[in-house]
Order: sequence, then C-alpha cells, then structure tokens
Amino acid sequence: MSSGTAATREPGSATVRSAAIAWRLATVVDVVTETPRARTLVLDVPGWPGHRAGQHVDVRLTAEDGYQAERSYSIASAPEDARIALTVQRLDDGEVSPYLSDVLRGGDRLELRGPIGGYFVWGVALGGPLFLVAGGSGIVPLMAMLRHRAAALTANGDARHGVPARLLYSSRRWEDVFYRAELARLAEDDGTLEVALALTHEAPPGWTGFRRLIDGRMLAEVAWPPAERPKVFVCGPTPLVEAVATALVELGHDPALVKTERFGPTGGSRSAA
Amino acid sequence: MTVGEHREAVMDGEARRAPEKGVDDERAGEVLRLDGNAAAGILSEVFVPDLTTALATCAHCGTIRAIGALLVYAHGMGMVMRCPNCDAVVLRVARPRTQLWVDLTGAKLVVMAGVGASSVA
Repeated sequence: MSSGTAATREPGSATVRSAAIAWRLATVVDVVTETPRARTLVLDVPGWPGHRAGQHVDVRLTAEDGYQAERSYSIASAPEDARIALTVQRLDDGEVSPYLSDVLRGGDRLELRGPIGGYFVWGVALGGPLFLVAGGSGIVPLMAMLRHRAAALTANGDARHGVPARLLYSSRRWEDVFYRAELARLAEDDGTLEVALALTHEAPPGWTGFRRLIDGRMLAEVAWPPAERPKVFVCGPTPLVEAVATALVELGHDPALVKTERFGPTGGSRSAA
Repeated sequence: MTVGEHREAVMDGEARRAPEKGVDDERAGEVLRLDGNAAAGILSEVFVPDLTTALATCAHCGTIRAIGALLVYAHGMGMVMRCPNCDAVVLRVARPRTQLWVDLTGAKLVVMAGVGASSVA
C-alpha cells in the first residue's frame, strides 16, 4: 500500500497523493439484496468525478492494526446516476467480500478510489450493435452499460435505437441471476434490447431459456453475425471469459472488437472477491 | 482511517486469510489470469493518464496491444503483465512494503493517445 493512512483525508481536503486517482471516503446510503449471496451497496461519494460504464473502483479496508486489503469492484450504476452502486458477491472464504456483502449497512463508510480503467468501457457514442456476455457477477459492469444505454434513451428520445443490444447472461440458478426484475423490464420496454439467460445448474419448472454452459453454438445463435461487427464485452470468471472469447473469434468476430474482463479470486479481482 | 464517529470499514482479525480461493465448481481450476484492465488501479499510482488504453509494443515479439488487453497474473506483491501473443513479460508492477516497483523492460514502446486534461478522469 503506497500511501497508507496518510493519504486518507476527508474529501475535499488536501491529500498527499500526487496521482490523479485519490482515495475517497464513501458513505453507504442504501443496501439492496440482489441474490442470496450478493448485495448492492449504493454509495454517496463526495467529489466523485463521474465514470464511464464498465469502469471499476478499488475498495480498501483497513484493520485496526493497519493491515489493509484492497479489492476491485465494477460499478453497476449508470454514469447518469448521482450515486454509485457496487454489487458485491460474497465469497465465503474471502477476506473482503463477506464484510461488504454482509456487514456494511447504511451510514457506514469505506475508502475507495476511482473510476479506474478506460479499456473495458462503452458509451452510446461508441455505437453498436452491442453484444454483452456475462457469467455470474460478471454482469455488473455490463449492467452499467445497459443502464447507461437506457438513460440515454430517456435523455435523447430514441438514441438507443441506433444501438441495438443483446445480453447473454449465464448463472448457476434462477435465484442467482442479478437484477432479474430490472433486466426483464428493460427488455420489455425496449424492442432493441434482447436478454438471453442461461442456467447452468438448476432451472425452475417451465424454464424456456438456455440450460447449459455458454458454448459456441449458443453464441452463434445469440450474437450478431461477425459481418455486422458487433462491439463485444465479455465479463465473468476467467474460464468462461476465455472460452467465450475463443469461440467468438472462431466464429469470425474481429478480436479487436472483443473486449474481455476476467475476474479472479485475488487482489485484482472484479466483483468477485 | 480517521472517519469520525461513523463505523469504520475495519476488518476483524479472523477475517484475514490467505489469498482468496474459488469456492464453487464454476471457479474450480481457475487460474489467476486477469486482463490488463485489472492493473489500472496500481498503474494509476505511477502514471497519471490511464495506462490501460495505451498501446504497448512487446519487446519480445513486437505485438502491439492495449495494456488493458494484456494478460495479468496477480499475486500478493503485485502484477505481472504478459503478451497475449508470445507470453513474454511486458510489464511488472509490485508493491513491496512502502515501495512501488515498475519494470517496463518488456515493453519496447508505450504510446498513450489523447493525453490531455480530458483523458484524466
């Protein structure tokens, strides 16, 4: 940890950091249960400079003896929102996620810095068609993109109809699907958004969606043809991301248009730790 | 942390464990391989413009990729970033104690485009 507690000040006061991205003190204003293992923390971050859909923040927790742990979490909220939302999935043997997903409550504060990362980002100005592939909590940065796209419609009339979007989202079980109601509503309200769900472990009776891991056949069925040059964002556990990216390139998609965000179980992880 | 009267984001001692391991079968066999984007935070401690959108030329094979598209292997001390084409080390960042190490010998050239006030979030 390069700066330790010396860099932590109330927002707005002087800081010893010389880099552009400073640690800030965020306040939890709301906590929303998404699934049995995931909660969304809605944060008020004074001085927040705004973000682009797909970016993340680093969260830092400090123990009383000074030990610190840092994890990265994707931002779930649209850039248009005044507050930022992080959806955190609990890893039972994690050292950060159980605190964020179980212990934190309204009024609590935590340190974060961001927004971080300009590579895995999308905005309506970048155009489409937009093809999003998520595994598990990999939906989080992609949800920010869909929320941004929906907000752009509200702001600009039919702007999003210039950017058709498809989401292919794999979860283990129905109850593990993040943002279920909102995704259904978004797809219902918008004829240019299609949402396809895949359940890998267990499906409710009458399930008509995919019932297996994402594979090349499924991608060929759901994705736009490579000739339409969709902008592709893939986020999820490393094995899923690599399998999907490989399959897409085999189907003929331009690797330069396939952006990936793997998340793993350690300090650099996204949404999963 | 000096956060006044509010409850602080403090972990209790027993929550402190070795690096987190995957906990379900979806994650079994997972390697600690991430994207360059995952290194954006630590890189921001050294470079003011966002380095993940910069193009790096691999000193070993000459492949040019956005740093956000390199393969990142995270470990306790920092990150090793490898070329997706030849697997050579392009960039290493480590944070031993209060130091920050950056090894760029594997990058022949790093090009940042659009560097100006608007590129700094």
